[in-house]
Amino acid sequence: MGFLVYLIKKILITVLLLLGITFITFSLTKTLPGDPAISLVGERASPEVLARIRQEIGADKPFMEQYLSYVKMLSRGEMGRSYATRKEVLEEIKAKFPNTIKLALLAMAFAVPLGIGLGFFAALRKDTALDTVLSGASITGISVPVFFSGLVLMMLLSLKLKLLPPSGTGGLRFLVLPAITLALPSIATLARVSRAAVAGIVDMPFVRTAKAKGMSSLKVNAVHILRNALIPIVTVAGLDFGSYLNGAVLTETVFGWDGIGRYAVQGVIRRDYPVVLGTILVGTAVFVIMNMLVDLAYHALDPRVRIYGRGQG
Amino acid sequence: MTAKGKVGAFILAAIFLLSVLAPAIYPYNPHEINLDALKQAPGLHGHIMGTDQEGRDILSRLLEGGKISIGVSILAAFFAMVLGLTVGLVSGYYGGRVDSFLMAVVDLILAFPSLLLAIGVSVVLPPGTLTVMLAIASVGWASFARLTRGYVLTMRDAPFIEAAKAIGCSGPRIVWAHIMPQCIPLALTLMTLKLGGYIITEASLSFLGLGAQPPAATWGSMISSGMAYIGSAPWIAVFPGIAIAVTAFCFNLLGDALSSAKYGSGLRKEKGLI
Repeated sequence: MGFLVYLIKKILITVLLLLGITFITFSLTKTLPGDPAISLVGERASPEVLARIRQEIGADKPFMEQYLSYVKMLSRGEMGRSYATRKEVLEEIKAKFPNTIKLALLAMAFAVPLGIGLGFFAALRKDTALDTVLSGASITGISVPVFFSGLVLMMLLSLKLKLLPPSGTGGLRFLVLPAITLALPSIATLARVSRAAVAGIVDMPFVRTAKAKGMSSLKVNAVHILRNALIPIVTVAGLDFGSYLNGAVLTETVFGWDGIGRYAVQGVIRRDYPVVLGTILVGTAVFVIMNMLVDLAYHALDPRVRIYGRGQG
Repeated sequence: MTAKGKVGAFILAAIFLLSVLAPAIYPYNPHEINLDALKQAPGLHGHIMGTDQEGRDILSRLLEGGKISIGVSILAAFFAMVLGLTVGLVSGYYGGRVDSFLMAVVDLILAFPSLLLAIGVSVVLPPGTLTVMLAIASVGWASFARLTRGYVLTMRDAPFIEAAKAIGCSGPRIVWAHIMPQCIPLALTLMTLKLGGYIITEASLSFLGLGAQPPAATWGSMISSGMAYIGSAPWIAVFPGIAIAVTAFCFNLLGDALSSAKYGSGLRKEKGLI
């Protein structure tokens, strides 16, 4: 029962949030100085053609009317056509979205075990040379922009060593480089957070007790330390999904990977508003859903956390 | 402050000083196209870092880019701090509905992919340095607001506030003269911590073509134009990339050192600095 109420509340908030986001993005695109009709057919088009196109894309109506008809269209499950390619935005997103998900999942598969593992090791060897080296490496990881690390990887692994294709969309071989690139800053962040979380736990009395009663150190690490450190780590890993969306915009552009990040950038550069609106909407929706999953993961990991209904305290 | 923090501060100061002084002490003009010296490799023949696809000297462009990138990031951080501080003070001191509303907005912004949001802002305004600044600040203020609000809450019932109320200070005066000065050091520390990320956002927006427009050189735009020559003339993209990484690294080092020197690791976590 409690869960149902929680779910309904969340869904309602999500819908409101998405409406808010569309309203903001929509009003932003409408206050722009440029004229989409001109960017569609060029400045030398005759006034009649321009007027016809404005009518076609609805740019001649008052703002609220345009917004309402956009929302109406969304409620029919459509997102309009791209100004530039005349293709259905929703169809394009449906085709490109799986590519972005593949990229993000493979990046996570690299980042989560590596990041947590490195942070864990650094915390267990606190204040040794290894710890210092790892902390330097993790600061480097968050200091190098992905479009540069991607370029360097491309240069070394594809152009010099010819191990992997430099860019394009296709099978796993095309996916490895962008996924590693996308994973790098995430590994660094996760390692930092994991180190801080684990370092706060290794000296706790319950860990000492577990060791004192003769538990093997592997079991102490896995059962007592890792489990207690997981909460802050899951928070960061989940919230880091936002940085995957950020990173996907850049990595997909660098590697020519045909996902929605690259689609969004193309939309922005061409001032193709239906594309911009559609991609931002989908990005926000994915993000909100991820946050909800993180909430639920909390609940599963720590029984003290009650996110719905009335807990004991 | 630790040695690491000092090293970071020193390198940053050196980069910024060189960028500002470059026109006076370095012989090449960052915008001068030289068709006789296209894509020259780095070396000791005058162009220390080589030339780009239009024969322009890379080091001079790098120094000009440094001025733009660092300047834009610092100004953006300043805007973000002022706005965030104001929102945080109002939210923390007055509480109630105002607080709930403002914090809901803050949560939304903190949760949202910041680059997408910044791109959204850059779509609306014509591309340029001012746009980049506004894009970074319009996303960045949220963390300052969150931090300030939390800090205000800890002292809202402190004796010195009670004393100020007792002698008849008005609400705005208490916020302005008694609470705000206490928040400044914390906000400045957060600013240093955030600058590394802002450098990268600035570079990302310029990389996507939304930043300062040609002929101005920015680190991000240098990388995007050098991308096409990554096989034949890698130095065009590699040097600006190193510049971004070193600058962001130093800011992160400095921010870490400053925040742990002032607030220690436990307090840092408590205050949301990490």
